[in-house]
Amino acid sequence: MDFTFDSEQNDLREAVRGLLERAYGDSEQRRRVTGTDPGFDEKTWSRLAEMGLLGLPFAEEHGGMGAGPIEVAIVAEEIGRVLAPEPFIEVVALAGGLVAAVGTDAQRSEVLGGIAEGTTLAAAAHAEPGTRWSPSAEAVTATRDGDSWTLTGVKEPVLNGARADVLVVSALLTGDGADGGTALFLVRGDAAGLTRTGYRTHDGGRAANVRFEGTPAELLGEGTADRTAEIERVLAEARIAYAHEAIGSMDTALRTTAEYLKTRKQFGVTLNRFQALTFRAADMYVSLELARSTALWASMVADAGGDVVTAADRARLQTSRAGRHIGKEAIQLHGGIGVTAEYTVGHHTSRLTAIDHVLGDGDWALSRLAADVTGHETVDPLGAPYTG
Amino acid sequence: MRLQLSPELEAFREEMRTFFTTQVPQEIRDTVAARRHVSKDQYVQTQRILNAAGLAVPHWPVEWGGRDWTPLQRHIWREEMQLACVPEPLAFNASMIGPVIAAFGSQEQKERFLAKTANLDIWWCQGFSEPDAGSDLASLRTTAVRDGDDWVVNGQKTWTTLGQHADWIFCLVRTDPTAEKKQRGISLLVFPMDTPGVTLRPIELIDGSFEVNEVFFEDVRVPAENLIGEENRGWDYAKFLLGNERVGIARVGSTKRLLAQAKAYAQEVTVGGRPLAEDPRMAGRIAEVENELLALELTALRVAAHSADGKPHPASSVLKLRGSELQQAATELVADIAGPLSLSSFADDGSEVPDWARVATPEYLNYRKVSIYGGSNEVQRTIIAGTILGL
Repeated sequence: MDFTFDSEQNDLREAVRGLLERAYGDSEQRRRVTGTDPGFDEKTWSRLAEMGLLGLPFAEEHGGMGAGPIEVAIVAEEIGRVLAPEPFIEVVALAGGLVAAVGTDAQRSEVLGGIAEGTTLAAAAHAEPGTRWSPSAEAVTATRDGDSWTLTGVKEPVLNGARADVLVVSALLTGDGADGGTALFLVRGDAAGLTRTGYRTHDGGRAANVRFEGTPAELLGEGTADRTAEIERVLAEARIAYAHEAIGSMDTALRTTAEYLKTRKQFGVTLNRFQALTFRAADMYVSLELARSTALWASMVADAGGDVVTAADRARLQTSRAGRHIGKEAIQLHGGIGVTAEYTVGHHTSRLTAIDHVLGDGDWALSRLAADVTGHETVDPLGAPYTG
Repeated sequence: MRLQLSPELEAFREEMRTFFTTQVPQEIRDTVAARRHVSKDQYVQTQRILNAAGLAVPHWPVEWGGRDWTPLQRHIWREEMQLACVPEPLAFNASMIGPVIAAFGSQEQKERFLAKTANLDIWWCQGFSEPDAGSDLASLRTTAVRDGDDWVVNGQKTWTTLGQHADWIFCLVRTDPTAEKKQRGISLLVFPMDTPGVTLRPIELIDGSFEVNEVFFEDVRVPAENLIGEENRGWDYAKFLLGNERVGIARVGSTKRLLAQAKAYAQEVTVGGRPLAEDPRMAGRIAEVENELLALELTALRVAAHSADGKPHPASSVLKLRGSELQQAATELVADIAGPLSLSSFADDGSEVPDWARVATPEYLNYRKVSIYGGSNEVQRTIIAGTILGL
């Protein structure tokens, strides 16, 4: 049991922090970047690629760095710290993760290599109107004709769906010999029968309605086995990465709030003279540290090959509760300035809320954990099933 | 970053688990498991078994019975002890006065007290709080005035836990009423509870239990050699004592065990023919407490792993605050699972209500204390806001 980062991991954190501080240390810069499409800075994206960060978890033979979930967590936390709008988790952990999980060697080399170089922006098209955080597809169907496949249906919201060079799409298998399982497909941005309508999300990001009308698609991986379990696993890994992004964001929200309490004066004194406020800041710290411990643990479970799905649910629940708590209190302790677009804490709250809804919120995670609560006597974080 | 325990620590955990579950009498562990009050004899018997195996005071200096363990080993030791329903070594001895005497006492005091303290041959109690000195401990008013070779003690202490069993008391007294800062005029005295002039009055608590007492001092003569450390430095020793066991105070193992029991009770109680545990709201409530407890345990492990250089990790202040809240949440959960059965608190043989349901609400009420003692949760928030957030 060891919660310390090694020197390479500390170097990685310093390097990422340096890059992102230069880009977004001034929060006005983030507002400018998120104000115009594609909602992030292509130059910063290229720099992330040059540092090897966009290929961080991919195998070296596929153009990646061969790093693990701890390194991904470090980058995600730094992204959250300054609310960098570059879609690191969405492209690398989610879309890239799906390709890495089920793609053929050739597909991995092509797509993951392109992601790592910064030349291919891949987006996961998985969410469907009418479903909530399901690992399988229902509304988009895949039909086979000989060796080729076409997709029909709507995916929404697809994060970065309009900007994406390639979409990684989940679809329900239909037609001859299909058993109703979910498979994954690659769809090129210029494919026929593909309509994408992009828009802004409340946290400054971009999403799209993506419509498939007999759109040609390339089956990801070999065969038509159901990929629900693989999707569930990749979603879990992304949830853990999001937990770390949330930690970075909550950390900044708390530090910003504490600083404000020390400098803002009312009734002739600084706000930190009011115990009603400082106690609430102390509770925010408690929430943050408990969530941080859980997120770090979940990354270690992923690293050790343990039950990553349950560990991710646990991290999701803890960071969701903490994110709501800290996000709301950060605004309240600031007062009116906290709700303005020109100040940073409100954007942290917005981003924390988005993270909550992208892959499952706290109540959703709690329901899943509750369903199995009597299946074990106690939780041993150092033993099975978490140690793999 | 590494999840697994090293093979050595895994073996250590197994060794602790085996010892606690095989060497401590089942009848004592059953008392703890049933959440009944542990008797004086049971405490003494257990601590002597642990002490004989070197497991009573592992955190003390090696020459006085300590084991030179890492913080992580101590964490595992404590966790396994709690999971196995073993009564922990008496805190007043093992965590409070023992380490203070070992650190600040004279050689003569160490030889006189430490071995007997580790073995619970002396049962210590704590004379800190007073009627007008609770969270504001430094405003204590019990005085000790020098008279020849003695100190003469007058005043009153309160909340003295298990004082009814105690042989000796360690007591904060004001020795310099003229000191510029009230913290500077305090000393630490120790003396037998049967010294003339010492009177103990029990305080009944809302659960009907007698755990705490008032202690009155009327011209109690204490030999000068019973002053621990230096005169007027008592406040430093008190801070050392209170800050000593911030990791252990989370009581994760105990709460984990209680939560496991709560699950079993929720499967035993039925609603409309179905186990209460299958009710989604109840299952969700249990799962949420369980996840909060996991977060606390991981934070305790993080703190333990980072305290190796002697400086406590900043997050350690979270442990008392959240640890007490979760102990309370678990006892409340059990009381709510018992529901109407919990009204039969003091039922005798004629009742069909199971024992666990009878003790549920008294324990829930009793556990309101845990967010008050050892530095109330408001004091903890003040510490977090001040020393961590700089507010």
